[in-house]
Amino acid sequence: MNIFSIIEELEKVDPELNDRFSPRRDAIKSLTSYGSKVALAALPFALGSLFNKAYGQTTVGDVTGTLNFALKLEYLEAAFYNTALNTPGLIPAADLAAFQTIAAHENAHVTFLKGVLGANAVAQTSQGTAGVYDWTAGNTLPNYFVTKDYNTFLVVANAFEDTGVRAYKGQAPNIIGNQIVLTAALNIHSVEARHAAHIRTIRRKINGTALPKSWITGANDTGSTAINANFAGEDNLIQAGIDLTTLTNPLTGAKFSSSIVTEAFDEPLTYNQILPLVTPFGVK
Amino acid sequence: MEDLQNDDVLIEDKSTLDVRMQRRSFLRYAGAGAAGIGLLAAASCKKHNDDVSATIDVGSGDIGVLNYAYALEQLEAAFYTQVVATPFTGITSAELTAFTEIRDHEILHRELFKAALGTSAIPALSVNFSSINFADRASVTGAAKAFEDTGVSAYNGAGYLLTNPTYLTLAGKIVSVEARHAAFIRDLISYNSFADSTVVNNTTALDLSRKPSEVLPIVAVYLNTSISANQLP
Repeated sequence: MNIFSIIEELEKVDPELNDRFSPRRDAIKSLTSYGSKVALAALPFALGSLFNKAYGQTTVGDVTGTLNFALKLEYLEAAFYNTALNTPGLIPAADLAAFQTIAAHENAHVTFLKGVLGANAVAQTSQGTAGVYDWTAGNTLPNYFVTKDYNTFLVVANAFEDTGVRAYKGQAPNIIGNQIVLTAALNIHSVEARHAAHIRTIRRKINGTALPKSWITGANDTGSTAINANFAGEDNLIQAGIDLTTLTNPLTGAKFSSSIVTEAFDEPLTYNQILPLVTPFGVK
Repeated sequence: MEDLQNDDVLIEDKSTLDVRMQRRSFLRYAGAGAAGIGLLAAASCKKHNDDVSATIDVGSGDIGVLNYAYALEQLEAAFYTQVVATPFTGITSAELTAFTEIRDHEILHRELFKAALGTSAIPALSVNFSSINFADRASVTGAAKAFEDTGVSAYNGAGYLLTNPTYLTLAGKIVSVEARHAAFIRDLISYNSFADSTVVNNTTALDLSRKPSEVLPIVAVYLNTSISANQLP
């Protein structure tokens, strides 16, 4: 892990970087002088605060803005699962362990991102109404927590996880080349995908059918039109400029089906595409 | 040494192709037995001076990372092709359907990298699954879990090396599907292990990431071809 390569890359685009960091760059050098005894997990925290102090930006397209956007989504997910675990009778015993795992992960992501952002982290209380979300998304969904409607809860969980994957994916180019921050974001991204797959597996069991698959087929394969917008563009057939339905599967001799093509690639969403999906819940 | 000489024979025979294509041919025809030895004898007097290593290096920069991903996708595609061709004892129809879908996802990933890399693509790799008992559920699902978790950690660990945002996004589109596969297979083996503490850190809830130099030794057991990523960090 070479944190100085990041600093050097930044210096190429920002000649005044040293001035911005000074004397913090020396502090970082001191940090690494602890050598391998410094836990790798601690480095993102140190670097995150370094970048924040240096730039202090709040718009998407920079490290702080990107991570705060991620933090807002993690606040939403953490509160969602915490509420579920605090709603007796909602989650069947068979699925309790899974949601305890998922909730623990989302809360840990919050802690991790807050640690990276330090003083620049947006406060949870800035979200919703003093930190309390509207789980009906402006009365577009039934109040599943009140009615203990597990099926609707699962649909929303399905939407949150698949959308979370899309959000992290869409933000990756904003932190391209940043070994510490991008790698951490990718490491969260794949955890959200694991969650999404498992929630889809739960839904298959509940439905007693083969759907929804653990991977996304076409645009919206969840069976709930209320979350169509969360899956807009997942039916993309073109990757790297190639319409993949024109490629032949060498094994079968047939063209790849649109189902396989859309399942094999998850699609990103931008900040501006994600925001309308989560603002009804109170994300700001 | 015999391998190197075989390689040279093919270079002699197809001198207009680039080195990578010859090695590809070499891999395809390696193990051809008596025929190869005959060619070797006929051509041994015209041996090249330049020493062509049998190890395939993925290259450097973005192309190196994409070839590294291409290598892993080749491996996964070959594995699931075998899984579906010789299903393990007791496989359910739903499981066979899922493994067939996963197979096709991985073949498509492989074919996309091959098409996108064009002449920069490394050759087809020769796989070795002798350590896997394809008739046995635990052996197959265990190997599948290892392939998927390793694949996720490989994409996660190499993402920062990409300088082209289009390539980074493409890698991101694939890695989350690999993570879905991983979760699905983990739940097959042990329900609710989709993101357990063997892959997701208990404190930070971050998935694993591995450097190419950490991934390649893990997958080497499944390859006859030797791969290196010496030009990647």
